[in-house]
Amino acid sequence: MEDIIVCEDLNKYYSGVHALKDLSLKIKKDSVVGLIGDNGAGKSTLIKILSGAHQPDSGHIYFEGNEVKFKSTKEAMNLGIETIYQYSALIPEMSIARNIFIGREQTQYNVGNFGLMKTKTMQDDAMKALTDVELHLRSPDTPVNQLSGGERQGVVIARAMYFKSKVLILDEPTNHLSVKETNKVLRFVEGLKSQGVTSIFITHNLSHVYPIADHLCVMARGEKIADMEKKDTTIDHLTDLLVNG
Amino acid sequence: MKNLNLKSLLVRPEVATFIMFVVIMIGFYLANERFLDARNIRIVMGITPEYMIVAIGIAILMISGEFDLSVGSVFALVPMTMVQMVHQGVPPWFAIFLGLMIGVIVGFVNGFITLRFGIPSFIATLGMLYIARSLTTVATAGFPPPFPHILPNELFVYQFELFRASLYWALLVAFVLGIMLHRSNVGNWIYATGGDTNAASSMGIKTNNVKMFCFILCGFLAGFAGMIQTFRLEAPLPSQGYLLELESIAAAVIGGVSLFGGIGTIFGACIGAILIRFLESGIIMARIDAEWFRAGLGSLIIIAVVFNTYISRRATRIGQNKAKD
Repeated sequence: MEDIIVCEDLNKYYSGVHALKDLSLKIKKDSVVGLIGDNGAGKSTLIKILSGAHQPDSGHIYFEGNEVKFKSTKEAMNLGIETIYQYSALIPEMSIARNIFIGREQTQYNVGNFGLMKTKTMQDDAMKALTDVELHLRSPDTPVNQLSGGERQGVVIARAMYFKSKVLILDEPTNHLSVKETNKVLRFVEGLKSQGVTSIFITHNLSHVYPIADHLCVMARGEKIADMEKKDTTIDHLTDLLVNG
Repeated sequence: MKNLNLKSLLVRPEVATFIMFVVIMIGFYLANERFLDARNIRIVMGITPEYMIVAIGIAILMISGEFDLSVGSVFALVPMTMVQMVHQGVPPWFAIFLGLMIGVIVGFVNGFITLRFGIPSFIATLGMLYIARSLTTVATAGFPPPFPHILPNELFVYQFELFRASLYWALLVAFVLGIMLHRSNVGNWIYATGGDTNAASSMGIKTNNVKMFCFILCGFLAGFAGMIQTFRLEAPLPSQGYLLELESIAAAVIGGVSLFGGIGTIFGACIGAILIRFLESGIIMARIDAEWFRAGLGSLIIIAVVFNTYISRRATRIGQNKAKD
């Protein structure tokens, strides 16, 4: 299978701290990659670079074979790399439909970038997007703060699917979720593969990502310390790497 | 299902405000029947539009997550400079244009200082409150200038049978900005920015531009409303709009706008502004000492916010329990 994202020798410094050291990584198309590591291992730095939020100090990123240099998250999103941040993917007070279309509203009577929202279309499409990820909610007008944690992740994933993302980066999507809700999110992510979406699943909880991952990558102190197919490793081996670096 | 719709309507803060408004109106009417006769409505609605316009600007800015304490000073500075420019021989319409631009510039400076230096807008605009008021007094040049009657004030404040032209201007502002806030994509960005700035920017929204737009709009509307008041009084007073910043925040908050951003409506802000003016009038008409107005306003603010907080907590809890089923 071909690689959708290739990173070569990425380095990133934050005011003197070497947060990412010569990181190289290949991510296969339509796979689930588990990116694991303890706090401060450099996972967040890596995804911020892949999502366009930060720029690497050196190194190269190739997306579908072409070198890319993202200046903003918008640029990465336009290419189909969508990132779901741990706490800040949805606006709690806004409705599901409005959340799904934030920054990408369907508009009419446009003047430049501005226009009136096609409320009805957005509501219908929002419901369709939710149904596509097997999430059945009452109404697209429900404010997101009335949803459970798992449902919220479902909305975010539905959004990424709706906008035909090719790569979905999930930052600790199962943090603070109950066991039942965690399983729901894991099912969403597993379902992405069959729809041609590559996901990068970041977590420090190995037991969450192990069952659904095809490939696992372990980071510590800004470096990649292991990078292997699931079939070549065991959960005990990975735990040992995580704990002892 | 019908029950559900009613419930979701009742949890909307501006609906609670509207109910409060109706109750207060009935209460004052019972205290004095003349509270609702044409004469009193004409008096109250003659001054209300000016406050509505300022409250709309404040509400939009607060929804985007920022404050503006300088609106009261801009409310005085803009018309004062218009009048002085006309006295200096500037053609009236050009003076109006330049005056309104001062509101825009003050809004821009407020936004620039807040966003560029990352300080709270509360502080940036508190500074501007003093600066703009000081500039107004300086522009007065010691003595309030006479009102130049070549200014087209009738267009903005002409007294029709019951209402003044200013009410129609305020309704126009409310309508246009209501469409913008509630129906356009810009409105969606404003709510998103105020609701969670980080989430909004991770979705590609330029949150600083959104906030800057709201600061400028707020400054412009404060100046426009101040112009209307000066046109109505036919006297530019350097003290005009004193404490208006707090009153317009009060109007917005009573109307259901959240202090933390992301929540509120234009309708709510308008009702809040109207409610405050009728409260003032009602207290006088009920032959209560007018000094009680501030106490009434203060109680209203606290009751409105406590009530809204209680309602929204309940709504969230109900929703989450339902989601777990």
